[in-house]
This record gives sequence, C-alpha cells and structure tokens, in this order.
Amino acid sequence: MATGVQPITAEEIRDRILQAIPDAQVQVRDFTGGGDHYEAVVVSATFAGKTPVTRHRMVYGALQDAMAQRIHALALKTLTPEEFEVEAQTAGLGKTQTL
Amino acid sequence: MADDILAQIDEQVKKHPILIYMKGTPAFPMCGFSAATIQVFDSLGVPYETVDVLENPAIREGIKRYSNWPTIPQVYIKGEFIGGCDIIREMHAKGELEPLVREALTRSCTGEQ
Repeated sequence: MATGVQPITAEEIRDRILQAIPDAQVQVRDFTGGGDHYEAVVVSATFAGKTPVTRHRMVYGALQDAMAQRIHALALKTLTPEEFEVEAQTAGLGKTQTL
Repeated sequence: MADDILAQIDEQVKKHPILIYMKGTPAFPMCGFSAATIQVFDSLGVPYETVDVLENPAIREGIKRYSNWPTIPQVYIKGEFIGGCDIIREMHAKGELEPLVREALTRSCTGEQ
C-alpha cells in the first residue's frame, strides 16, 4: 500500500461517479465514519437492460485508481429509476433519501 | 509470469462448478463482504470451493485482472464470473441465485457438458 495516500471522502466518490454517469443520482454513505467503508446507491436510466456486473463495472470504472488504493470497502447498489421506486417502497429506502 | 497466474486462475474457475475467491476461509472469513457471501451459499446448503487470496498475493492481484473487477470476494459459477458480495446478495434476495447454482451442480454431477 502506497504511503501518503489521501483517504477518499464520500463527496469525492459521489463526484467521480457523476463525472462518469452524468444522469445518475448518487448517494454515498460513510458506513463507519472512518472514511474507509462506504456504501453507494447509484440510480441511473443508463443501467436499464444491463446486468449487475456491467453496472458495477461502470461505477468501478469511474473510481479506477481510487478503487485500487484509496477505497478499502465500497458496497454498491445500482438501480434504474424504476427499480429504485420499487426498492424505496419495499425497503423504506426513500425515507431518508434526498434523491 | 503474470500470465501464468491468469492461466492458473482460468483453470481453477473452470474446474469447480462453484468457486469463491475470498479473504480467509469459510470457517474464518477475514472480511465482512467475504463472510456475507459465504453466508448466502451456506444458506443454500450447497457445496462450493474457496480460494483464500490472503494466502496468495499473486492470485489476489491476478483475480482482479482476470475478471476486470477490483474487489474481493468474487464468485464464479461454471467458470463464469457472477459478481461480488452485493450482486450475490441481490440475486439471492430475488431468488435468481439458487436455480443457477442448482443447475451448475446438476451438470457437474452427471458429467454433462
């Protein structure tokens, strides 16, 4: 592991994802508050018709070098707006969501 | 040298109907994501093989290149990369994982290709 590597912030993760998937709505949560375990929910119409693996690769691609060095753990949820609607209703995801 | 690793991985994933690259072992997972993935397969009650990447740094790096996927765990069914922890849990929740797993195991038992 390289020394002097800056820990990544939730905001930076969000910005990078948005750069790669401009239409996305992104919510990033710092799981532990320690800047090393994140959870990202990415909602984008561009995910439609794509497999979960392809969707995750799109997000990982946006984070490239950071993924290798600066992000210890990132839980990912990739949804189309329609899927997000369903999730929000069944899991109560939408309650705290500002998407 | 590096390609040897990819060839070795290729051989491993094709040899086992269900192969999970993880940190630690099913009994002693060394990472929450690996533990959660194992939990899913244990709940299905199916046999699977694992590779502990912490025991082998070359495989740990090689597997990421092999699948073009930056994280571990990685689940392979019939030689095909299926996903990491999030995808496996998602597929399990949707009931999509079990049929895939059962089919992979049936085929390997009857020797059918």
